Amino acid sequence: MGEHNSSLSLVWQQVRYQNKIFWRTPVAAFFTIVFPLMFLLVFVTLFGNDLIGDVGVTTAQFYAPALAVFGAVSATYTNLAIGTAISRDEGILKRIRGTPVPPWIYMAGRVGSAVWVAFIAVVLMMGVGVIFFGVELYTAALPAAFVTFVIGVACFAALGLLLAAVAPSGDAAPAIANATLLPLAFISDIFIVPSDASPGWIATLASIFPLKHFAVAFADAFSPIEVASRDGWLDHFHWKEFGVMGLWLVGGAILAIRFFSWEPRGGERKRSARRRAKTAAQS
Amino acid sequence: MAIEVNGLVKTYGETRAVDGVDLHVAEGEVFALLGPNGAGKSTTVEILEGHRTLTAGTVRVLGMDPETGGRAYRERIGIVLQESAIEKELSVREAIDIYGALYPRRRHTGELIEIVGLEDKADSRIKTLSGGQKRRLELALGIVGDPELIFLDEPTTGFDPSARRQAWTVIDNLRSLGKTILLTTHYMDEAQALSDRVAVIRSGEIVAEGTPDTIGGRDDAATTIGFSLPSGTAPPGMGEVPQESGRFVLAVPEATKVLHRLTSWAIDQGIELGSLTVERPSLEDIYLELAAEDTDG
Repeated sequence: MGEHNSSLSLVWQQVRYQNKIFWRTPVAAFFTIVFPLMFLLVFVTLFGNDLIGDVGVTTAQFYAPALAVFGAVSATYTNLAIGTAISRDEGILKRIRGTPVPPWIYMAGRVGSAVWVAFIAVVLMMGVGVIFFGVELYTAALPAAFVTFVIGVACFAALGLLLAAVAPSGDAAPAIANATLLPLAFISDIFIVPSDASPGWIATLASIFPLKHFAVAFADAFSPIEVASRDGWLDHFHWKEFGVMGLWLVGGAILAIRFFSWEPRGGERKRSARRRAKTAAQS
Repeated sequence: MAIEVNGLVKTYGETRAVDGVDLHVAEGEVFALLGPNGAGKSTTVEILEGHRTLTAGTVRVLGMDPETGGRAYRERIGIVLQESAIEKELSVREAIDIYGALYPRRRHTGELIEIVGLEDKADSRIKTLSGGQKRRLELALGIVGDPELIFLDEPTTGFDPSARRQAWTVIDNLRSLGKTILLTTHYMDEAQALSDRVAVIRSGEIVAEGTPDTIGGRDDAATTIGFSLPSGTAPPGMGEVPQESGRFVLAVPEATKVLHRLTSWAIDQGIELGSLTVERPSLEDIYLELAAEDTDG
């Protein structure tokens, strides 16, 4: 019946429309696309682009993939959480719920758009690294990098939607997103080069969460030492890291579905209170 | 019947927000649901829209159950919610295009922009629209799928008088296209101007239902005659006429006879009945009476 086709084209339509909105929201576009690039520039300028002792790669070779992961996570986790929570509070989700579009198609559109933005952030970061800072790519490890990207953004999109589901309000969502992501980024081999000198419990703590696994699996595909130590493209796949991210993906998705609401927070009572206040102000 | 509601109950914990509502709206009818805030209006409408589940009773809308009707149901209805934003980064035209694409049968974007009078703003971002303009766009989005049944939850709240008239014209046009409309409003003149039938809901129950002209015994209610006279004069044979700030005010069941006697007497005496008024109770008078009975019981 072409039902399958029409669902796909509906999803595609939703992705395009979410994308349009994203690129017209300068704050989100700046923090996701420009901010990580600025970090790369700052780190390379501060530290110089020489070999870093503990990891044996250049500053850019370490930071470009690490910050690419950061951009991808900011596009999926942070943006998706904030955007969805705000849309919910403004009543946009409720409006959508009153139209014929199946809820999953709308959500697929939001996620699809976030993943597309994440992809652009990653490609741009690696492109800038290659063109300006001598970052090297290794063909044999690129499939592994791509699979890592797919699993990583899926995981963080699920967690972003979970955050949107549990955030008490759209205003609270940015604070929660940043308060969870930024500290984790410092211990997950993203902002700071891993060092043997740091206490072991930090590494243990970080390995509970998915961010470090995303960063390590992705970075290893761009590390000359790691790449040289493996042969065959399948050998570059980081199954343990995929497994941890997969667990967070499944858990996040289940909880997000369980707690997700299309209604503005506070529901009827809060809205009628707001309405009364508004009516009182008018008369 | 476009809408058939029997014994509808919705409880939130201990509170019975809707407490046994029966509602029957025929196809092509414009039906207004009136009532104070918190009376259960919005809850009832949101159950019909499929936004809320019911606790007890039966609801059929367009022959379907809103709770399970899903996509097929939503393709046939249009909703104008009370408070729900539209993506402010989009332009008016883009929003109508995007929402229109969700429906199998859709109205033309340009035509809709014209209908709601947003031609000047067609390519402006929604964030630059005034409150009234946004509301008109919401109205356009509510009818973009060419629905058979339209829910209008306080469609003109916050409008200036000319924008309201414009919105009324749009709603009137929808009526002439044979659409069924369920309207909630705080404005009695709006209910009077637009609806074929109205119902007043109070504390989750319907306390009166009828046409705007007959509801609550409005057609049988006394007519009020008011006039003023030079001091010292008084109309004869009417007993003690109540007076309010130098003005005579009579509430009479048979206005024709009384008016005839009164005016004959005035002409005979060569007296002018100053500021003569003959008034029927307005829908608002009846509504306030119906809505206020709460405090007695």
